[in-house]
Amino acid sequence: MRPEGQRDDKPIRKLKQLPARHIMASGTPMCAGCGGLEAINEAYDVLGENTIFVNAAGCMTLLSIYPYTPFRGSWLYTAMAAAPAGAQGVRDALDVLAAKGKLDRDEDLEVVVLTGDGSAYGMGLSATSGALERDLDFLYICYDNEGYGNTGHQYSGATPHAARTATSRGEHGFGGYKKDLFSIWAAHRPAYVATALAAEPLDLAKKVQKAKQLKGPRLILALSPCPTGWDFEPRDALEMGRLAVETGVWPLKEYVDGVVTHTKVPKTRLPVERYLGRQGRFRHLFEPERDTGQLDEIQARVDAYWDAIER
Amino acid sequence: MRRLLTGNGAAAWGARLAEVDYIPAFPITPQTEIIERLAEWVDRGELNGRLVTLDSEHSMITAAGAAAATGARVFTATSSQGLLYGMEMLYTVSGWRAPFVLANVSRGLASPLTLEPDHNDVLAARDSGFIQLHAATCQEVLDLTLLAYRIAEDRRVRLPVLVNLDGFYLSFTREPVELPEPEQVRRVLPPFEPSTLRFRASAPVSQAVAVLGGGPYSYFRYEMHLAATQALVAFQQAAEDFAQVFGRSYASVERYRCDDAQYAFVMMGSFATKAKEAVDRLRDEGEAVGLVRPRMVRPWPEEELRAALSGMRGVAVIDQNLSTGKGGVLHSELCSALYGQPDAPPVLTSFIGGLGGRDIDAAELFEILRVTKRAVETGERPPPRLLYTEHELKEMRKLQAIAAVEHPAEEEATP
Repeated sequence: MRPEGQRDDKPIRKLKQLPARHIMASGTPMCAGCGGLEAINEAYDVLGENTIFVNAAGCMTLLSIYPYTPFRGSWLYTAMAAAPAGAQGVRDALDVLAAKGKLDRDEDLEVVVLTGDGSAYGMGLSATSGALERDLDFLYICYDNEGYGNTGHQYSGATPHAARTATSRGEHGFGGYKKDLFSIWAAHRPAYVATALAAEPLDLAKKVQKAKQLKGPRLILALSPCPTGWDFEPRDALEMGRLAVETGVWPLKEYVDGVVTHTKVPKTRLPVERYLGRQGRFRHLFEPERDTGQLDEIQARVDAYWDAIER
Repeated sequence: MRRLLTGNGAAAWGARLAEVDYIPAFPITPQTEIIERLAEWVDRGELNGRLVTLDSEHSMITAAGAAAATGARVFTATSSQGLLYGMEMLYTVSGWRAPFVLANVSRGLASPLTLEPDHNDVLAARDSGFIQLHAATCQEVLDLTLLAYRIAEDRRVRLPVLVNLDGFYLSFTREPVELPEPEQVRRVLPPFEPSTLRFRASAPVSQAVAVLGGGPYSYFRYEMHLAATQALVAFQQAAEDFAQVFGRSYASVERYRCDDAQYAFVMMGSFATKAKEAVDRLRDEGEAVGLVRPRMVRPWPEEELRAALSGMRGVAVIDQNLSTGKGGVLHSELCSALYGQPDAPPVLTSFIGGLGGRDIDAAELFEILRVTKRAVETGERPPPRLLYTEHELKEMRKLQAIAAVEHPAEEEATP
């Protein structure tokens, strides 16, 4: 039901096509070096202002604090578990009002759910799965900083193995493994699923543009390096993202029509410790003694993933 | 046109006659018939709207609020556990000032699990910001649903409205219901005019944003409270228009045979019709007794209640709910309305009954009046009574014998 005009933008092929200035206003209360905010900035440039962000409790909830907003479009805060259901209500209302002649086509909006990993991987999964099974026409942007960031970075369903968080401070860090949200989405056979991150702006912009041109449920899952939660210097945020890609820890991929395609395959993968060693949350793997067992396990899991892809 | 309708059917007809745009749904006993009927009408094209089954009541109430905030007329329905599952969103969407109507088919809350009615579910939503109307007959279910849209969409109010009907006793009971013509309804209920309450590309708006500090937070909460109090006026005006078209008039507080009454029963919902019958029989025996029933519970119609009970000698409040560790919610609400008022009845006795569908029979109502009169005569206020008959206890003992309970809890408590 969205206006067709939004769908035939010029295809993005080169970095040069990306705008020099973001359309979202600066001066938000996000932490310095926030990888999530930068991903949203890049995505918003492509999405444009005819959007309504439907938000769940998380860091980005603080973007819109009365009476300020950095967005040129609309915003609706819901609750931690409820953003996809809020998107359903807005989308359905716009469609019904249009069908009854109470809404002009050019007044229509792209409905965008915006949540962190706490909601996307956990509390919001029931509402998300429901929206997927109903083939809701919406875009979901998840900024994945791998923990409950806004409350001080406790572990979540998105926290990687061995990471120290505010609730996994023990010798070995977090005992669990990061949930595969990409596959959970893909199992519902939606229109589009993609991983991305701010450090690869061209890849991200292409994916957001592709998602924008499709109809149905679409996910942009953006790894969001988090200086405060992961314990690194804010100036290293983009570097951290690049290392996540180059070590193979964060595969860049997309799902369309039942097929998963990797959009950037590192020719030679850097060892994972190049990525882990830069973050305080993994320092216990290196100091006071090197935890070879854990490091080897993490490397083996990354290698096994890529072996299966390349086979 | 008169038709035999269940309370659920009447609620569905209310939504149909309000010509709703959108119905987010989720099944739960004893509410399900409402959404089944609406789904059937939507499928057949008899209702020009969209019905969507969400994954939970939490999602359902979110979708209802979001659609109303986008400018659609919305109806939804739930019951009991569902209402509580969505509780976070009741508070949230009323804060959005999203005007829509939610029918709650009241049912007791777990644990223990039950399907049968009482009012603990709906009273748990008492402070949520929803306006609350309570129906006692199937006709009222339909009429109050229509009036609820007038209140919700009133510019002075702009809050969601909950219409309560008792599970089983109303939801599944067929009564003759006067079904208005759509043209008549349109005279009382014009189309929803969302004004600035909507999302549009040309007029971006941020709704439901965070605030920093108690100042802005208190401002918005106070604003909601003041808007809710305006619902008394909005209800009265809508009811007057309604009476002109349909000849049925509704006040926020129903008074039954109260004109010269010295005593009154105070009850909510369909069980009050049992009290009416008891009042008739007591009147036959010369007792000056009446019934007072709040149709509106939020906002709490204090002035109307004071006026209804002014000068009476004693009032018996029968609560179909139990605030554990306190007693009846209606009783304490009524005390707060009457305390310190000139001509307030000096005695307010408290009785708990009708939990989980437990019946309240005429004999119990006669006894309630006797206890209340005795309290007035002796000046001794009796403690709150939990209604339970010897027969019920005997039946319970049989169940306990099967369950091999050796020491019932109440025997352990009393040495």
